[in-house]
Amino acid sequence: MKFVDEYQDNELARKIVSEIATLSTIPIKLMEFCGGHTHAIMRYGLRQLLPENIEMRSGPGCPVCVTANADLDKAIALSLLPNTIITTFGDMIRVPGSYSSLQQARARGADIRIVYSTTDALEIARNNPEKAVIFIGIGFETTAPTVAAAIVHAQKEGIKNFSVLSCHKLTPPVIRALLESGEVKIDGIICPGHVCVITGSRPYEFIPREYQIACAISGFEPLDILLCVYKLVKQIENDSPRMEIAYSRAIKPEGNKPALKLMNEVFEPADTVWRGIGTVPCSGLRIKEKYQCFDANKIFKINMKPARENKACRCGDILRATATPVECQLFGKACTPEKPVGPCMVSSEGACAAYYQYRRPEKGHDAS
Amino acid sequence: MCLAIPVKVISVDGDEAEIEISGVRRQANIILTPSVKEGDYVLLHTGYAIGIVDEAEAGETLKLLEEMASLSEIR
Ligand code: SF4
Repeated sequence: MKFVDEYQDNELARKIVSEIATLSTIPIKLMEFCGGHTHAIMRYGLRQLLPENIEMRSGPGCPVCVTANADLDKAIALSLLPNTIITTFGDMIRVPGSYSSLQQARARGADIRIVYSTTDALEIARNNPEKAVIFIGIGFETTAPTVAAAIVHAQKEGIKNFSVLSCHKLTPPVIRALLESGEVKIDGIICPGHVCVITGSRPYEFIPREYQIACAISGFEPLDILLCVYKLVKQIENDSPRMEIAYSRAIKPEGNKPALKLMNEVFEPADTVWRGIGTVPCSGLRIKEKYQCFDANKIFKINMKPARENKACRCGDILRATATPVECQLFGKACTPEKPVGPCMVSSEGACAAYYQYRRPEKGHDAS
Repeated sequence: MCLAIPVKVISVDGDEAEIEISGVRRQANIILTPSVKEGDYVLLHTGYAIGIVDEAEAGETLKLLEEMASLSEIR
């Protein structure tokens, strides 16, 4: 596939790794913010390929994983209301909430449909005018503009039975929250490539400026990630942290202006709760008042039981980059992709799922 | 969930485009990339084109990688 295969060349990758090894002299810790990067790193065995002094940590960049149990519980409660159809991306359906999952609600008779796109959710609304069709809006800046587009479309077309439960989240505020907490010392951040397609690089410039942490935005093929690591190592070795774009075929500093405009037309920032991290100021997106007839939070009032967490699951620590999946006692034993205990084992971007799916011998052994 | 894949735009019709993924033709919404033209590659995310791939920049990155690789050979 064009723009994919070229960035997977094995031979070239080994040479870039050897360049990184030559350049890198001190022990460093890099955080890949995005769960998509975690998966690529595990899939291609990049952790094992990189020199031992470079440690990689996953961050909070998995939208399903960071969705708070209270939000998930609300989605489940909505699904159990009469005459509703829940539409959602597939990853959400198996995530255990406080008392149940969407899948279990479906077994109890809830009409829950997996969609690939918000355009599918709109189509379901058109075809079921007597039902309330609710889309569970999960995702970062990558996804929020597509949901905004659906809301604007619904308004233009006069689709009145469509609404969105917005659980969207913004990435720069949570990075700031992690860095402010000082819980984990990070030397460089692999910034989320497809979020930055929308936002551009500018909203991340505060990281090197205010926290003196190296930053580079990466694509998702192995050579993209290695190029990004190379740039980070170079910044760290030269003590010159800054914001670099290592995915220039997709990212402009100013981002995608039409997408940002649409997102800001429909949504406004609001405080929101992240799993394991807590409330982060202005890190969520709520639907603006002028679109409130599409806001499931305004349309449906439900009394919720307080959310509760599974104490044994360490997703919270993993999302704060203070632990890796293998440090969880349930990993691979009581918790597997077939029987997931936490969202990080369910989501296709979850760190636990990535570590489980691509288990390999640890460093020092053959990584091929 | 932030997965996006590069796909080729075959034709453009209003807010919709016909795209090709591994030989299969499909529809994509291009409301977020209004300047897209036939022949461009776009990043497809949940049925929407969220960005246009810059072919010149793609070539530059590959050139840079190859230069780095040849440096490693000299050592
Ligand atoms: S292995 Fe399972 S229980 Fe442990 S942190 Fe990951 S998702 Fe939670």
